[in-house]
Parts: sequence; structure tokens; C-alpha cells
Amino acid sequence: MPLYIARRLLGMLVVMLIVLTVVFVIVRIAPGDPAALILGPDATPQDAIELREKMGLNRPIIVQYFSFMTQIASGDLGRSLFFDTPITTILYQRAEPTIFLTLFSLIIAVSIAIPIGIYAAYRRGSLFDQSALSLAMLAAAIPSFWTGLLFQQYVAAGTGWFPVSGYGGPDANFFERMWHLILPSIVLGIVNSALILRFTRASMLDVLADDYIRTARSKGMSERRVVLRHALKNALIPIVTIVGLTLALLISGAVVTERVFNLPGIGSLVVGAVLRRDYPTIQGTLIIVAGLYVMVNFLVDMIYLAIDPRVKY
Amino acid sequence: MSGSAPSEASLFKILIQRRSVLICLGILAVFIFAAVMAEIISPHSPKEMSVRNRLASPDGNWLLGTDEFGRDVLTRLIYAGRVSLIVGVGVATLSSLMGIILGLLAGFFRKLDGPMSRFIDAMMAFPDILLAISLVAALGGSIFNVVLALSIVYAPRIARTVRASTLVIRELAFVEAAHALGTSTWRILVFHILRNMVSPIIVQATFIFAYAMLAEAGLSFLGVGINPDTPTWGTMINAGRQYIGIADWMILAPGIAITLCALSLQIVGDGLRDALDPRLSKEV
Repeated sequence: MPLYIARRLLGMLVVMLIVLTVVFVIVRIAPGDPAALILGPDATPQDAIELREKMGLNRPIIVQYFSFMTQIASGDLGRSLFFDTPITTILYQRAEPTIFLTLFSLIIAVSIAIPIGIYAAYRRGSLFDQSALSLAMLAAAIPSFWTGLLFQQYVAAGTGWFPVSGYGGPDANFFERMWHLILPSIVLGIVNSALILRFTRASMLDVLADDYIRTARSKGMSERRVVLRHALKNALIPIVTIVGLTLALLISGAVVTERVFNLPGIGSLVVGAVLRRDYPTIQGTLIIVAGLYVMVNFLVDMIYLAIDPRVKY
Repeated sequence: MSGSAPSEASLFKILIQRRSVLICLGILAVFIFAAVMAEIISPHSPKEMSVRNRLASPDGNWLLGTDEFGRDVLTRLIYAGRVSLIVGVGVATLSSLMGIILGLLAGFFRKLDGPMSRFIDAMMAFPDILLAISLVAALGGSIFNVVLALSIVYAPRIARTVRASTLVIRELAFVEAAHALGTSTWRILVFHILRNMVSPIIVQATFIFAYAMLAEAGLSFLGVGINPDTPTWGTMINAGRQYIGIADWMILAPGIAITLCALSLQIVGDGLRDALDPRLSKEV
């Protein structure tokens, strides 16, 4: 087992190196001179030449690549062109709404999807099952920003129960800030419950057909116990994977949802950076988000190892 | 292998037996027809502004109302649908091509498998919208660049499917027989291996068609996709959000259009999967 963990760690490192390379390439394929872009239209050609020299853009691409890799490896993501602050600092400041939005929507998605998925599998083919599947399909087809706008207009503005947008004032306390995340989390949670629901249902269907379920039933065990103890325990194992994968979808969804609800998170940061051609910020965000995803995947594998006694390496 | 797959005629029969699939094919046909015939069937011109009729609610002349410049929403919806469908078809095709090449190479050549699979893993570590907006930022916001960016985002999914199928098919007797007969490697790849996994690729491409339409709408909504002058369903929703309280038809129509298209594609995709390979129907 330690050998397996070591190999997984090594694999993770290789994937991260490729991620960094991809990010390096994406930022370099941008047309135009980055120095001229930073300086704006008023700069003289002389300014541009000096800045290119300072940024190391005149060095051979391979040298730039290695200095990029060593810089990232030392934990330095560079400075934002627009804010003129280290990117790690900006990401830290912007992380709160994104982290809690993702977390709350994951909780909402799981608490909608898993019970419905279990019951739909248990009553396979029933009206409940068919409606659940149809709704899941619909949820996957609706653009989340559109749902967001509708909720904003008809739920928040219509009832006045929730704040319509924003993250509270500059002196809003933690509770007020979290209160602003409820509606966005509901939207993102509903949209992302679809995949977990379909997966839970399929996983439960697989398990419910197994011999030990028949054994448990023939022993006269109550249905409740059969489904919730015997079946669910085993069905949950593959569900862990899909919950891990949903995290990546949630981050994508958060980018859009933050824009709808005007939340000052990492999604808004990156969209702003794209509009301002602030390449170091785009680069830094991509690295951190992809890095998080790789780590979550690793953790999911480790959880697998811990909860499924059949998995041995 | 190919003996177990239904023929085209029977495939069509299985498909249309399901009423939901039939309805969805009909919906898609309407959208495609409208996109192709946009010039003929549109009641107005997409750029024609009628200042007197700004934000007019739906009536006999403006079936779906007008926008903030007095342009006909229905007309713009039809023209925007053209862009969305082009992006969807473009991404489904281009990402399949890229994914097939990557997946075949990774699955067939053992030495390439390790690096290629790590590369696919790395590409899938980026959340799709985030990778797409970064690529569009770097490439520029033309329709082609959006298609290219989204194809790069979705190609790894096809590549994974193709790689997995290649690993299985590569070991089958008919591939060995082809080798023994002296068939060239690329012929084996294309005519023996690729031909036997057309169905899973088509199914996956149908889903990618839907994802690409949703992603394009998301990009346009964020203002980082196709240039805002080109009407797309996403830009229409983005423009309409300021007027949501007084002219909600501006965002309802494009939103419903996206949802209908994406939903139909998914249902057709499910139907195709069940018809092409009944063994898969149990899966998610």
C-alpha cells in the first residue's frame, strides 16, 4: 500500500508538471506583445523594449520556460498586471466566497441527489423514478446562469427573502456574507445535483441486484435496513468518485454564478482578468484551480482505499 | 464485432420507437431548419432597429417582443441559433477528431500510453469553463477560436473513450490476423480499430454537442466568448439581464431555446446509446 501511495503521488507530480506546461503554452500563444499590452497605447517603443528586457521576454523560450517552472515551484505565482499585487495575495483575498459557494452547493447537491437517487432506484420504473430522471436531465440542460437570473428575479426580488446580489457591504460580518451565498448555492446545487442523482441511482441499482441483498431479505430483515444499511453502504463507494468529480463542475459553475450574483470570488477575478488581458492572473488562477482538482482526485482515491476493503494495491 | 451492432435501418427504427427521442429529433430539426433558413423565415432583419418600439412586449408584429434597441427578439433568436448550432456541430466534430487521434495513439502504441494518458489527465484537471475562457482570451473571440477552444476542452473526454476501446480491440483476434496478413499499422488503426468504435464516439459527440452549446452560451454571457456584435443565445441573455424586471421576454426566449436544444440532444444521445449498444443502457 505505501508503494501504491508513492506511485500515485509521483503520478500527481507528473500531471502537475504537464498542467504547468499547458498553462505556460496558453499564456504564450496570445497574439501581440505582452509588454505593449501592459504599457497601453501611450507607451513609446523604447518603453516596450525596456519592459520586455525586464520581463525576460527577450530570452529564448526554453529559458523562459525553466525560469517559469522554478518560479512556480518556489511558490511565487507572479504579480497581477492590473492590481500590481502578488497573485497569491489576491487569490487569498478572493477565496472566501468561492470556497463557501462551492462547499454549500456541494452540500445542497448531495442532500438533494442521494436520497432521491436511492428512492428512485428502489422504486425503479415507478412514476417517482421517471420524474426524478426527467428532472435530472432537465437540470443538466438548463444553463446555470439563466437559472441564476430567474431565481434572482423571481425568488430574491419577488419574495425579498434573500439578497438579490453582492456580498454585503465592506463591513458585513461573516454571517451576513454567508447569507448572500444561500441563493447562489441553491442554484448551483440544484444544477449540479443531476449528475450525482443519476450516478447514485445507477450505483444503487447495481447493488440492489446483488446476491447479498437477496440473502438479507430472505433472512427477514426489514426493507429499511436492507436498503439503508446493506445496499447504501456499498453503493456509496462509487458515489464518492462522482462527488469528487462534481467539485470540478462546481468550480466551473462558480465562475458563472459569481458573475450572475456579483460575488467578489475567484470566478469574478478570472473573468475580470480575461477582460483586462491580465495574463499573470489568468495563469495563477488556472494553476491553483487545476492543482486543487488534482489534489481532490488524489484524496478521493485515498478515501476509496480507506472505505473499500476490496481495493488492495 | 460489427455484427452485433444494429444496421442503420434497424437503428433508425429503434430510435424512433421511443416517443421521447422522436419528439426531440423533431425539436432539433425545427432548430436546424430555422438556422438554415434564417434569411427567409425571419420576420425582421436582425439588425433592424425600431426606436419607437424599444422593449415592446410580445404581440402580433413582434412575436417574442423587442430588445433595448427595438430589434425583433424572434429574429435575433433565429440568427443566434445559427451560431450556437455551428459552435455545437463544430466542437463535436473537431473534438472527436482530436480525441480520436490522441486516444488511438495512446491506446495502440504502448510506449505512448503513459505520457498521453498523463496529458489527458492534466487537461481534464482544468474546469471546462475556466480553460475555455483562458484559451479564448489567448486566441481571440472569433467563432472559429471559440470552437477551437471548446474542442481542446472536450477532446480529452473522447480521447479517454477511444483509448479504453482501443486497448480492448487491439487484443482481439481479427487485429492479430490483420497484422499477420501484413496490413499496415495505419490501416489497422483506421479500418479495423476505429471502425469498431464508431458508436461510442457518436454517442459521446452528441453529448459534447450539448455541452458545447451550453458552454458557448456561458462564455458569451460572461462577455468573454464570441464578439458581442454577433447575436448568440448567451449574449442575448447577457443583454437582457439589465431589463429583466421590465422585459423578461428578452432572457426567457433564448434561455428556453438553449435548454430545449441541450435537453433534446441529451435525450437523443441516450437513445442512440441504448440503440447502438444495449449493454450500455444500464449505465448513467
